[in-house]
Amino acid sequence: MKRFLLVATALLSIPAAVSAHRGWLLPSGTIFSGTDSWVTVDAAVSNDLFFFDHQPMRLDAMKVWQPDGTPGQLQNGATGRYRSVFDVKLDKPGTWKIGSENNAVMGSFKVNGEEKRIGRRGPPRPDMPPPLTVADIPANATDVKVTEIVNRNEIFVTAGAPTTTVFKPTGKGLELSPVTHPDELVAGEPAKFRFLVDGKPAANLKVTVIPGGKRYRDSENAMDLTTDAQGLLTVTWPAAGMYWLNATATDNNTTTPRATERRLGYVTTLEVMAP
Amino acid sequence: MRPSPLLLGIGMVAAPATAGTVTVTIPRLNVAEYHKPYVAVWLEPAAGGPARTVALWYDVKKGGNEPGTKWLADLRSWWRKGGRSMAMPANGVSGATRAPGQYRIPLPADLKPGQYVLNVEAARETGGRELVSIPVTVPNGTAQKSGTSELGTVALSAR
Repeated sequence: MKRFLLVATALLSIPAAVSAHRGWLLPSGTIFSGTDSWVTVDAAVSNDLFFFDHQPMRLDAMKVWQPDGTPGQLQNGATGRYRSVFDVKLDKPGTWKIGSENNAVMGSFKVNGEEKRIGRRGPPRPDMPPPLTVADIPANATDVKVTEIVNRNEIFVTAGAPTTTVFKPTGKGLELSPVTHPDELVAGEPAKFRFLVDGKPAANLKVTVIPGGKRYRDSENAMDLTTDAQGLLTVTWPAAGMYWLNATATDNNTTTPRATERRLGYVTTLEVMAP
Repeated sequence: MRPSPLLLGIGMVAAPATAGTVTVTIPRLNVAEYHKPYVAVWLEPAAGGPARTVALWYDVKKGGNEPGTKWLADLRSWWRKGGRSMAMPANGVSGATRAPGQYRIPLPADLKPGQYVLNVEAARETGGRELVSIPVTVPNGTAQKSGTSELGTVALSAR
């Protein structure tokens, strides 16, 4: 339960993630054959994985990368009460990346003893004034706390043979640089992923891996893992299925004025096949 | 194509005389909804190396939005071991699905002598999936193994 609270706190500040809970993308599959392949993706924020029980994930920031790294097209997007859904036509062979990157600034300050908040939780609502930004902090403000947030939530799907162009790091924030291709995961075989912070190996990074289907078992069966000195994470999959992976880090390499802390998050959903 | 015993007797010069036969049995299953299985037969060098697909039976004629190739990834071991990098239909390899029965598949005539693992994988719509793997020696090896659900006896005579 303690871990859940930590994750909830981390996600609390993401504007697109509505409120607490876990955000996830669930592809209909990750391995595709044939000449007319489509993947359909559910996007939601929920308590248990992967059940639609809380809020849909907004699709505004959702993007598609084709196997050559150029932008692709998201189709048939729709947002319901509990989930969003969209399709991507995999009309080029290779590995596609689908997901979103959230950059936000959150924080608070006091003016004459009154606390004010920077940023906003949840999606914009028509009756609410626009959120305060760093520029709105007056000169006489005290207790200024500004946090920069960089979060990624992405999935990888492959039509035909896997390729690696979409894994080219941007060098900004927390990124996955897989050693084992995420579409080549097999139960019982260890997978290796390297994590990068600003393009450099993220040593001692905390990573949580949780199998889907929590509703059908008693415990969460979360694996709490840590990357080694080279930023390498080794995961051995106990069974086939869909897994949610979440990595978080905090540092003070901020770029926003007055920000003192930076929170980094990385989420992906991985499909592990039976051997 | 199998070399005649006479040719074998005097020895082949160009290609090693390793042509053999795989016999694959597709069992008759008593199920409510039966579809003929997709089947892949391939050889992997025992020491590691690229897999060589010998036969692939799928719904080659199925077109439209969901052509037969859509389900090839369901032969998940074969797909991972090399199917995904093949272009379909593959000459001399792909063919239509087969009804229950016993089928003989010739091994490639240019197969180099050595240790291999013969794999036969079957996946059936609304049904199961099974992989039968047999270590074999080429030439002169014989081997046999039975599946338990989607495949019957798989026999190999590498001669």
